[in-house]
Formats: sequence, C-alpha cells, structure tokens
Amino acid sequence: MMLIRNVFLSIAMLLSLSVIAQEQMTFSSELNKTRYQSLVEELRCPKCQNQNLADSGSGIAVDLRELVHQMIEQGKTDQEIVDYMVARYGSFVLYRPQHSTATFLLWYGPFILLGIGLLAFISVVRMNRKRRGRDL
Amino acid sequence: MFPEIGQFSLILSLFFALSLALVPLIGYWKGNRLLLETARPLTFIMSALVLVSFVILSLSFLTDDFSVLYVAQNSNSQLPVWYKFSALWGGHEGSLLLWVLILSGWCSAVALKIRTLPEDIGPVVLAVLGVVCVGFLSFLLFTSSPFARLLPDVPADGGDLNPLLQDFGLIVHPPVLYMGYVGFSVAFAFAVAALITGNLNASWARWARPWTAVSWAFLTLGITLGSWWAYYELGWGGWWFWDPVENASFMPWLAGTALLHSLAVTEKRGVFKSWTVLLAIFTFSLSLLGAFLVRSGVLTSVHSFAADPTRGIFILALLLVLVGGSLLLYAIRAAEVRSTVSFGVTGREAWLLLNNILLTVLTLTVLLGTLYPLIFDALGLGKISVGAPYFNSVFAPIALLLMVFMAVGPLSKWHHTKFRVFFKVCSISAFIATLSAGLVVYCYEFDFIAWLSLAVAFWVVFLSFSDWFGKVSAGTKGIIPRARQLPRNYYGMLLAHLGLVVTLVGIVLVSVNSHESMLRLSPGDRATVAGYEFQFDQMEQVKGPNYVASKGQFTAYKAGKAVAVLHPEKRFFSTRQQVMTEAALDAGFTRDLYVSLGERLEGSAWGVRIYVKSFVRWIWLGGLMMMAGGLLAALDKRYRKRAGV
Amino acid sequence: MRKLLFFMPLAVFLILGVVFYLQLGKDAQYMPSALVGKKVPEFTLVSLQDDQVYTHKDLPDTPYLINFWGTWCPACHVEHPFLMELANSGVPIVGIDYKDQKDLAVQWLEQKGNPYQVILMDEIGNFGVDMGVTGAPETFVVDRSGVVVYRHQGVINAENWPEIKGYMK
Repeated sequence: MMLIRNVFLSIAMLLSLSVIAQEQMTFSSELNKTRYQSLVEELRCPKCQNQNLADSGSGIAVDLRELVHQMIEQGKTDQEIVDYMVARYGSFVLYRPQHSTATFLLWYGPFILLGIGLLAFISVVRMNRKRRGRDL
Repeated sequence: MFPEIGQFSLILSLFFALSLALVPLIGYWKGNRLLLETARPLTFIMSALVLVSFVILSLSFLTDDFSVLYVAQNSNSQLPVWYKFSALWGGHEGSLLLWVLILSGWCSAVALKIRTLPEDIGPVVLAVLGVVCVGFLSFLLFTSSPFARLLPDVPADGGDLNPLLQDFGLIVHPPVLYMGYVGFSVAFAFAVAALITGNLNASWARWARPWTAVSWAFLTLGITLGSWWAYYELGWGGWWFWDPVENASFMPWLAGTALLHSLAVTEKRGVFKSWTVLLAIFTFSLSLLGAFLVRSGVLTSVHSFAADPTRGIFILALLLVLVGGSLLLYAIRAAEVRSTVSFGVTGREAWLLLNNILLTVLTLTVLLGTLYPLIFDALGLGKISVGAPYFNSVFAPIALLLMVFMAVGPLSKWHHTKFRVFFKVCSISAFIATLSAGLVVYCYEFDFIAWLSLAVAFWVVFLSFSDWFGKVSAGTKGIIPRARQLPRNYYGMLLAHLGLVVTLVGIVLVSVNSHESMLRLSPGDRATVAGYEFQFDQMEQVKGPNYVASKGQFTAYKAGKAVAVLHPEKRFFSTRQQVMTEAALDAGFTRDLYVSLGERLEGSAWGVRIYVKSFVRWIWLGGLMMMAGGLLAALDKRYRKRAGV
Repeated sequence: MRKLLFFMPLAVFLILGVVFYLQLGKDAQYMPSALVGKKVPEFTLVSLQDDQVYTHKDLPDTPYLINFWGTWCPACHVEHPFLMELANSGVPIVGIDYKDQKDLAVQWLEQKGNPYQVILMDEIGNFGVDMGVTGAPETFVVDRSGVVVYRHQGVINAENWPEIKGYMK
C-alpha cells in the first residue's frame, strides 16, 4: 500500500514539475502588466488595416509590443512611451487622438451637440407651454 | 450560357425598375388609376427577374463554373458545399447582388401588403422604392457585374474563398445584416411618398411602424451575429472594435432606434411630424453611407472590400441623387408642416423627444468619430486614428444618460403625467438600484464606472417591472388576464429595453472581470488563469477538406474537476497560402473559457492565449432579446387592420 | 429663418459629399513618415562588408537614399534589379540590412550584386523603429543637409522612380 502511495506521490511531483507555465512576457509588477495591456490596446499597428498592437500578428506589431514591454520595465512613463511612438510613426498610431485645436471638435463636438439638443428640448417644451396657455 | 441569362435577366429587371420608378408617379400626377395600378405587377416582375439571376449565380457557384470570373475569384472545387453557396456573398459583386435581391424582396413584401394603404399612396411608395432599385441595379450592372466571364482561358480551379469567411458566421451574418440595412428603405419610401403626396399626417407613421420595427429587428440580429462572429473567429476575444465598418452598421441602428420611437409619437399624437420624416431619411442615408464607406476604399478597415474608385464615384452619385434629392424635397415640403397638438414637460411626448435627442447625438458622435480622420486628411492636416479609447470615453457617458431616461419614459402618460406618479416609484427604484449595485461592486471589488453602469441597469429593471406590475394590478380583473390584455407592442418594448440592460450588464462585467494570459506552453504543461487550471494535453496534425491544421487539446479544470475540453487550431489553407487561427471556446452563462494558439515557438512549445471572460454571452443574449422585442412590436394586432377600417 | 433651418440637413450633406469626393481615389493605405523634415536619427551600426562601426556622421553629404531590405522579404527580390540600375546611374544608396542574418545577406549580394555604397546591419530592428519603418522594402530620400524629405513604402520601380527622384535635391 505504502509503495503504491509513494509511486502516486512521485508521479504527482513529476507532474507538478511540468506545471511551470511561463508567461511569454514577464513583468516586475501587476501594475506594469496592466499598463502594458492598456498601452498595446491604445496603440495602432502602423502597418495593419485597422488593428491595435495587442491584436495584430504582424512582424512590426510583435517588435513594437516587445519595445513597449522593455520601456515599461525600464521605468518609462506612459506619456514617454506614447511620445516615443508618435515621434517615429506619427500621431496615426494613437487610437486616442491627442487633444489639440484640430481635434477640439472631435473631443468636445458630442458634448456641444448634447448641449444644443438640450436647448432644443427646452425650447420645444416652452413653445408647447405657450401654445397650451393659448389653448386653455 | 446560363451566366448570360443571369446578366440578361438583371438588365431586364433594371428596365422594369425604371418603369416602376416612373409609371406610377406619372399616374399619380395625371390622376390616372390605370397607371397607378401597374406598380404592383411591375414590382413582382422586377423581383422575379432579380431572383432568377441570383439563382443562376448560385448554380454557377455550386457547379464550380470557373469560367465566371467572380466564381473563379471566390470559390474553389475543394470548398465544402455550404461555403460554395455562401461564397456568393463573399466578395463585392455577389454581396451587392444579395443586397439587390433583398431590396427587391422588401419591395415585393410592400406590394403584397399594398391593399392596407390608400389607393393613391401605395403606388407612390413602390415608385420611390423603384428609384432605389434603379440606383442599386445600375450600380451592379455598370460597375460590378458578377456574371463577367473568363473566356476562353477558363482556369482549372478557383482562387478560393478567403479563409476568414469560411465560417458559419459568414453564411448568416451578411444576409441578416442586409435585411436590416435595406429594410430601412421601406421607411424611407413611406417618408418620401408622404412628402411627395403632401400627406404628412400621422397615418404614414402608422404604416411605416411595423416595417421599421422588422428591419430594426433584423439589423439588431445582424450586428449581434457580426459581433459574435468577430469574437470567436478573429482569435483575440474582442467583441466590438469600433472599426469603421462596424460603425457603418451601428449608425443606422442608432438612428433606426430613434426612428422607431419618434414614429410612435407621430402615430399616436401627431407631433414631431417633420422630424420623423427627417429621421427616416437620415436612417436610410446612413445605410447608404455604410455601403459607400465599405465599398469605396476611403477608409481602412479590416472588413472592407477591395477598393475601386469608380465604384466609389458611383455610390457617391447614388447618395447625391437619393439623399440629396430627398433632403431637398424635405426642405421644400416639411417647412409647411406644423404641429397643433401640445404636451407638457412630464408628458410621454417630452420623454420620447429626449430619447430622440440623445439617440441623435449618439449617432452623430459615431459619425463624427468615424469620419473625422477622413475630414482631417481632406483638410491636409495629416493622418490620425480614432479608435476604441475615444468612443469608450465619449459615447459611453451619453449612452448611460439615455438609459437613465429610458427607464422613466414608459411610466409617463401621453400629454401630461402627474409628478407624484414619478416621484414615488423613481425614488424607491433609485435607492434600491444604488444599493444593490453597491453591494455587487463591494463584493467583487469593481470600480466606480462599473458601479454606475450596474446601478443604471438595476434602475431600468426595477422601473420596468414596477411599471408592468402597476399596469396588471390596476383594475378589478386578476393579474393574469390583465397581463394578457396588454398589447404586444408593450411587451415588445419591455423585452427590448430589458435586452439592452442585459447587453449593458454583459459589457460591464466582461470589461471589469476578464482575465487574459499569453503563455508559452508545451504539451503536458499546466497554467492557471482566474481560478481555472488549463492543461495542454497534446498537439496533433489533422487534415480538413481544404486545409491542414495543428490541433491542440486543452483540458480546463476547476477545483480539480475537469470542466471543459478545448481544441484550438492553427489552419493552413494551401490555395491562398494563408494561416488562420481557430480559437476554441467553452461557452457558459456566466463565463467563457477561450483558448487561442499563437506562434509556434522552439521545440514543442507554443505561444498560447488563454482568456476567461465573465458574462460575455450576455452581450449577445441582450441583442437577441432586443430583436425579439422588435418583432413582437411589429406583430401588434393594430397593424393587421386595413386602411380606413 | 425657419425655412432656412429645413435646408440645414441638405447643406451638411453636400459638404460631406465634397469631402468624400476629395478622398476618393486617394490611397487610404498611404502613410506619410513622421520623420519628414527631420534629421536622420543618431545611430551606431556595424557595416556588413568590413565590420566597421558607422554613425550618422558617416552618412553621405550629397542627396542619397536609405533603403531598408532583407533576404527574408520577397518584395526586395523584385526591387533589387532596379536598385542595381539606380546604382549604375550614380544614385548613392545606403542599405540597411533589416532584421536579417549576416551570412544570408552576404550570399544575396554575391549572387545579385551590390547596389549599396555601404550596408549597415540592423539585426534587431532598432534603427528601423527609430526611422519609423514598418516592413521592407522601405526607402527614404535624404537631402544635402541630412534631412529626410520623403519616404516610400514598397518596391521602387521605373514607374514611381521619377516622383521619388524629384525629391533628391
């Protein structure tokens, strides 16, 4: 009985040896891993049709992912990494366009529209109130 | 011989479409009943001819007739037979033929139901549809005929269908999506016919409502299928990418949702008449815009067809005629319309107006984000990308605001609602919703946005059920008979609103509670992701009908018990020399396990992506509920009555 | 005033139509380089032929081309004969052997001839990233003062050469 149990144990130990599953990329902290994941999702693969670095399998995306990984581990800030990419590949690589006068309408347009919409709502309702006043 | 018949039949159908576009209109202006009555038979003949050419093209695919250029480009003798059929809409030309077939199908459906309309309006509606048919048929014939031949050098075999499209998703997604897209032409035709005849009263809204609801239901299903397909086929577990082509289907959906609601107000209360007409034109224009963006090559997308500037010019001209023409007509006619009915700030009219304003802002937001890079480039400012981070931060808050109001709207009454009615039920619901969302967030350590979204979800659910309960418990009869008496329209709305909530919950939970690992694994290795242990059992080579594949086997364990066996594949398609990743997933009501093979690494090791995604199914479950809601609303008994009865 | 309001949708639509018209036929894939107007970035690379270390200071002081290539790249095979023609007509080309193996590159040059004044090895592809390269072949035009004036992605051939040549001043 003992023997069988020992055999089982050693098999279990062998199995647990093979359990070591390597992450393809290792990070020094959970924070760095999260930063990496959100950065590669926000950067566009410069060669692809319309894919971010995380999703693309193209050669350049693999290289740039590794570069982002390295820079994060070297202690670069997100802004520094983004600036690095923009200096080389242009603002095209940012899925979150930078705020500037040229992108003002893009970022604030929807909220301006919302404001106009609410003004329209108020004016329609007020017009109606006047009309109701006449009707009564 | 047969392909020529197909081509000829298309040419003939163009002639019938031309007559359909002209003769009933002449009849209308001359007051000639005989000419008006031609609309019906002309529609049927035109549709039959389109059907003939569609059948012929299908036969060319099924019989591997590679003398037809389009077949040679998109099919292969090795292709399984169901993909041979669906390969018909795998490329630009065939998918356009499918579009035209569905358009003519909608025309025939309207023609069948024409007797429910007044005698002079039905034919005008068909004539407007005829104009749309002329546009698309001539686009098909003059720029993209699917029947062009490769003679005399017939290739021995075809170039094969893009492997990405060799999938169940592609068999069903495009036809369903087009049913929705094209279906909005019917609402458009009603609106334009109302402008032409000057009958801008509430009746057109009543006729257009069920058609709009059915198209909306199809579009909802189409988008849901597309999202599901991208999730399992593209191999990185995303379900929505804010890609221009996805946006092209989402914009008509948003505008169509607004249209559904404003049709309700116009029908019931006769207000917002000119606005509803504009919305019908807008929704249809967005469908056309989608076709333009996908087929002209002005935008880069994963899904777009091969670009061809001449096609772009043609669709642009089509847009100019159809949209420009109808907007001009609108500008001239709609200014004359004035509403006479009044409503108060607490009336249902006001709530639906708010709904329309928010949905329009949302539509324009997606439009802005989609077209901004284009406008940027046209102004010579350079190239930019507008992607998911933008849409998530701008679209989401406005959409959440809409859902807050969505719950309150159904409680209100037409014209005016007593403030007390709202106050009690809303404050109780807000209290319960905040607390229960707080509880969930506290237990699972989610963030503030998750709390806010879940609170909105609970809020909608509580208010919807209290509204329903209020309706069935009033009166003397028992609850069940009262519940049965409520119209299908009401249940449709309830179902669709709850569907949106289910989708919202899915989106929130999958975004805050997904786990992803990119691992290096050899057969025998184990890895733990989010409490699940994945064992890489083995790797084998398998042969498919037109590909060879490396097929892995993974077993997932939870607390030592095997819960799923997954078989991800890496397929190599020899005809196109393309490698495809076929992800394996174990779907569940509360979570999906998702394994996808990456690159082969040294030795027997593979790069493997493993995801555990919470509640991702809910996103599509909600889509199905919304679709069912739309269909239920369209089946309401009121619409079966004939005109004037 | 009220009448004008109803013409608004038409006006917006027509403006959009003009934008669409302008964008038609443009190559949506075309990507201007972020380096145009800037100096060639600093580098330290080893040359393929003589193992000498080169820096950006060793670049030619006449207008020249920087051509990224690799033996792994099928399009580079197509491009190579035309580069030979250019070299023979006196166009100075700096070759960057991009993400490649040295022995394969040497073999390639022996078989097909060498169009380059100097070939620098960028094995990891770091200089490629600094230049904003996304693949091979890719060619930059650098002017007399060492500033990048143009970038061409893909094969250079007799058809597109006149345009590229226009930048060589």
